[in-house]
Amino acid sequence: MNKEPILKIEDLCVDFKTRTGSVRVLHHINLSVKAGESIGIVGESGCGKSMTALATMQLIPTPPGLISEGSVLLKGDDLLKLNEIQMRDVRGNEISMIFQEPMTSLNPVFKIGMQISENIIRHQGKTKKEAQELSVAMMRAVKIPGAARLIKRYPHELSGGMRQRVMIAMALSCQPSVLIADEPTTALDVTVQAQIFDLLRDVQQDMGTAIILITHDMGVIAENTQRVVVMYAGHKFEEGPVDEIIHHPKHPYTRGLIRCTPHLKKNMEHEREELSEIPGIVPDLSRLDGLCPFRPRCSEKRRQCDEQMPQEIQTGDGHFVCCWAAGEDQ
Amino acid sequence: MSESPLLEVENLCTYFRLSKSHPFGRSRTVFAVDDVSFRVSRGTTFGIVGESGCGKSTTAMSILRLIKPTSGSVRFDGNDVLKLDPKPLRRLRSRMQLIFQDPYSSLNPRATAGNIVAAPLKTHNIGSRQQHHERVSELFSRVGLRPEQQTAFPHQFSGGQRQRISIARALATDPELIVCDEPVSALDVAIQAQVLNLLIRLQRELNLTYLFISHDMGVIQHMCDEVVVLYLGKIVEQADRNSLFSHPLHPYTWSLLSAVPSIYSDADSLKQRVKLKGDPPSPIDPPPGCRFAQRCPFADTSKHCYSKMPLLRIIKGQHKVACHRVSEEGVAPQDIHTI
Repeated sequence: MNKEPILKIEDLCVDFKTRTGSVRVLHHINLSVKAGESIGIVGESGCGKSMTALATMQLIPTPPGLISEGSVLLKGDDLLKLNEIQMRDVRGNEISMIFQEPMTSLNPVFKIGMQISENIIRHQGKTKKEAQELSVAMMRAVKIPGAARLIKRYPHELSGGMRQRVMIAMALSCQPSVLIADEPTTALDVTVQAQIFDLLRDVQQDMGTAIILITHDMGVIAENTQRVVVMYAGHKFEEGPVDEIIHHPKHPYTRGLIRCTPHLKKNMEHEREELSEIPGIVPDLSRLDGLCPFRPRCSEKRRQCDEQMPQEIQTGDGHFVCCWAAGEDQ
Repeated sequence: MSESPLLEVENLCTYFRLSKSHPFGRSRTVFAVDDVSFRVSRGTTFGIVGESGCGKSTTAMSILRLIKPTSGSVRFDGNDVLKLDPKPLRRLRSRMQLIFQDPYSSLNPRATAGNIVAAPLKTHNIGSRQQHHERVSELFSRVGLRPEQQTAFPHQFSGGQRQRISIARALATDPELIVCDEPVSALDVAIQAQVLNLLIRLQRELNLTYLFISHDMGVIQHMCDEVVVLYLGKIVEQADRNSLFSHPLHPYTWSLLSAVPSIYSDADSLKQRVKLKGDPPSPIDPPPGCRFAQRCPFADTSKHCYSKMPLLRIIKGQHKVACHRVSEEGVAPQDIHTI
């Protein structure tokens, strides 16, 4: 697959104004995704995963937030140059988003059918009746049983898994070219989580949608994406094919992130080994000094780390890393 | 081990009566915990795992008598917790403590960290003020906080540090049993490891017994010596860590394990993944028969799956399972059938 990327984020910087001055929450993020591809963004909370998604959709509250540099190219057009009215034709139509909490992202006072059709009426100019029919078809596509009955229900009458399916139906109703899924299954049980990811995979095959999956779960990343971006404190630390990242991570942070979770093993040793820890906590974004933000927690810190921020280097096919230690191994 | 177990739970049932939807309506009951029995030996970690709504937390709360169970017995070091009078119960409670899931809501925002940790000592009238102070400092350093952080308020700590305060508070009265109710699920991945390692270290140093509740199979596998799997208030399987994870017998345990996304999975294991249909059903007035039957890929009318409740029976050693389809020799339906 050597297609042109459908969505390309270049050099994206986002700043937030606070009482004590401007805080940079995204530092020159580069990211691209091709049609039919799934990429994962992984990191601890506050690392800028969701901020990248919100900036792409231009949903950052401005002020205090501000996209200060960079561009977001969708099929070659810069979304950051569009005004709010034009942007509305992109959201839900070209790029859709699924959020973590299916309860809070559905409107409790409107019926399910109405909430799905709203999108179709707005973007495709269909009549209410046509939109209702399309909604039912869409709900069937995401395997909601008894779809025709359910469109007259309210969100609170559905289970968590069903609500997330409704969200997916809504997000896909206009056949978007990019789907951003921000922790889509964190609030769900594992058996339901497996169903939702199966569904996303099927839908992607049928429609060729590009998926950006935001999560903190390495297992989810391993099974559902082809490429991974590891973020930390608003910086992109590592990017590469999923097998490379999981089995041969180059950045000490990526290594720590993989080793610190107890992964379920089928054949285990009798003695349990100690989990390796990443000491300390995520730094305060307002106190970053322009050097590597992981430096205080890093076990492989060296002299250069205190002098200069490392540049992104390529270590393999499509594998990029931003660390002095990785550069030395070369 | 000839030593008597620290905690014995027998036929514990906790039902909740729901109010009738109208005056002549049927009365409905939630079978939150239904006939649960197990024993926890001293110095071990006993895990309770299951999906949300399966009764994990209600079981723990019933054991501590924070919720009044409907029937059954709970013996803690020989004392019947459910029959104790208020005063002896209070004394006993200092020997069993609790760590909650959410360190943001389980600490009083208006009390200093030091006062929070000292609270159990005051409640149980242990020691003088001076001794409280010394004990709190000792606890702070034990859980990896700096003693001078005692004067800070909960909002000044990170999530992981707050969970350390909860742990220090649980340790204050020198308990034997600590109930950990999802102690790491609200924490960031990198912080989870720090807290889990701390819990393991404390167990070794203080010979603690943990009743460990989690929905995360990876965490359960890492922490627990023995595990029960709950489904809609019933124990479906109980075994030590090795036999449960290497050869799960109950179709539910098996599908739960296979649904966990893992970095070790490859295309083959993804293909073999069992897919459960639907959501866990409501625990309100469940149908007769096995509670898992509607979602079970192996449910069979001729084996009474839909009509008779399977009993928890011993298969091999201490490995127990409640399923009609598992044979006496320990052959599970998933071993012979493919779906």
